[in-house]
Amino acid sequence: MFAYIIRRLIGAVVMLLLVSLVTFGIFFWLPKLAGQTTDQIAASYVGKAPTAEAIQDTKERLGLDKPVVVQYGNYLKALAVGKDYKAGPVTDHCPAPCMGYSFRSSQPVLETLLDRAPATLSLAIGAAIVWLGVGISTGVVSALRRGSVWDRASMIIALAGVSLPIYFTGLVSLALFSYTFKIFPGGGSYTSVTDNPLRWFEALVLPWVTLAFLYAAMYARLTRAGMLETMNEDYIRTARAKGLPERTVVTKHALRASLTPIMTIFGLDLGLLLGGAVLTENTFGIPGLGRLAIDSIRSGDLPMVLGVTLLTATSIIVINLIVDLLYAVVDPRVRLG
Amino acid sequence: MISATAGHSPAAWPNQWPDGRRYGALGAPIEVTGSDAEAQPEAVLVGVDKKKIQGRSLGQIAWMRLKRDKVALTGAIVVILLIVLAIIGPFFVQNPLTYHQNLIDPTYNRPKSGIWHTGISGDHWLGVEPGTGRDMLARIVHGARISLLVSFLATLTSVVIGTVMGITAGYFGGWVDYLISRTMDAFLAFPLLLFAIALVGVVSDGAFGLNGNGLRISVLVIVIGFFNWPYIGRIIRGQTLSLREREFVDAARSMGARNSYVLFKEVLPNLVAPILVYSTLLIPVNILFEAALSFLGVGVIPPTPSWGAMLTLAVPIYSSDPAYMIIPGMAIFITVLAFNLFGDGLRDALDPRAK
Repeated sequence: MFAYIIRRLIGAVVMLLLVSLVTFGIFFWLPKLAGQTTDQIAASYVGKAPTAEAIQDTKERLGLDKPVVVQYGNYLKALAVGKDYKAGPVTDHCPAPCMGYSFRSSQPVLETLLDRAPATLSLAIGAAIVWLGVGISTGVVSALRRGSVWDRASMIIALAGVSLPIYFTGLVSLALFSYTFKIFPGGGSYTSVTDNPLRWFEALVLPWVTLAFLYAAMYARLTRAGMLETMNEDYIRTARAKGLPERTVVTKHALRASLTPIMTIFGLDLGLLLGGAVLTENTFGIPGLGRLAIDSIRSGDLPMVLGVTLLTATSIIVINLIVDLLYAVVDPRVRLG
Repeated sequence: MISATAGHSPAAWPNQWPDGRRYGALGAPIEVTGSDAEAQPEAVLVGVDKKKIQGRSLGQIAWMRLKRDKVALTGAIVVILLIVLAIIGPFFVQNPLTYHQNLIDPTYNRPKSGIWHTGISGDHWLGVEPGTGRDMLARIVHGARISLLVSFLATLTSVVIGTVMGITAGYFGGWVDYLISRTMDAFLAFPLLLFAIALVGVVSDGAFGLNGNGLRISVLVIVIGFFNWPYIGRIIRGQTLSLREREFVDAARSMGARNSYVLFKEVLPNLVAPILVYSTLLIPVNILFEAALSFLGVGVIPPTPSWGAMLTLAVPIYSSDPAYMIIPGMAIFITVLAFNLFGDGLRDALDPRAK
């Protein structure tokens, strides 16, 4: 068990290095490959009217004149031990997990990330609770009553659900419940939970439900398929034969085994969402990590983009690790080795 | 209905290949209605009763089952209509770039006439766009062309990479398998949408001798195709792992067949069914991916119409013109749903377990 965790952690670090390397490559190596010169790359970071001086300054400030490998090394070094930035006479120290400063706002990247995280966290966790509850229970009931009206109806809705893009259902729900019936506030009304918990809740109901609908559809389909499969296992027959109540057979035997593949997918989904629900945040105007990522990519704010991608990858990897450890708890057949 | 004694009842295993592996990686593992469950087993028997017993290829059996699956057939017909529309439609509709400012109410910036201020009329069957008055039918039809072109080419890319990688990993095993499997895991942990946006953003101005929409479409195809191959790759790897142990592979090897012969003549033909099914199910995923990228502003360059970009326009105006979002949204929905229905039906028809 302990050795397993250590091995997974090493794997996680390798993965993070890989993700940062690829992101770095996309921004610094790919433009060169595509035929841009260092001056052109620097110019794209300067702004609207790049002067020769500004370009030279940017090149030195960002270290664009050094080879990509050296730049990447410097980035990792700052992440591990921090970095001192010389801004005129004063030296600014950026402590240990230093992700640098935004090209655009000059704010420390880490600070901005932590600032944006609560909105994304609220959205993702709230939606996850809804979709797990609705999706799994719908799937179980459908599997147990296979072929019934409930099963057919819920599976048709589920198929429609997986065929709908969130930015369409989000807009429809905004138009219906915010604009027409005026039950919930419109887009862009997110309030921090510490400022006003009631407003926070009101503003997030629509995003939660819309986001959860799409995932619940997928999870209902997966749960149903998994349950149909497990209910035919020999050990279910054994459980029934030894006289266990049907309720116990379904919850303790069948559902537990069907949950493992769903947990894997849940780990990936939640991890990805925690790094920014890009489409949902854009549709509902929630100032989370997803919005930050899109805005940073559009404005070419590389340190910020690197920060968000690293954070997303970290959350995917960490949640996957937790999920794999939970496997052994949920499914007694799984042994970690 | 669950029967405790069903054991290996074929109809209860709609989502497995013979090795017992589930293939639900794309999140579309189940049938839509009960109709196919009724259709499958008898389909073979009916044929047997009427004629003398004769061998049937998997294709014949699949076609027989598919013919009886009304839902899947409906999906297939819609898919064919959409493809035809995307190919020849643009020659029949109006110019999607022509402004019709006279149809726009300057106060609200939305169409003056038509139900719900959509501007629907005899000249503009699906109404006109708010602000510009461009014909919606023309924009939807041209958008279909982009959407289907990108998703088909991207799916082809994923399938080629995924099949080659999956078959290599599954057949050779050992460190090759380890390396490829870990790569696939790594891809699944990448924030793909962000990477895709970053990539399109970096090479937006012209690169590799291409520019404009030619470049954008190529980048979209490569990005979407390249990021989705692990889904196919995992399925093909699993299939190859079990095929490798089958007797006919052993037989071929014992007769001195080279690896390349075994791979292409023995293993690959047995993978045609899953490849076909997963290609069909990957297309709707890629349509949604392309629409999402267009929605975020990294699709084809405006004014070239695309469905996702039309929805971007709907975000700021949903309160002044709530009807506008419906047409591009429904276009995406109908297309994706049709492919999903057809793909689900095709999978049920091709599933060798449901003989």
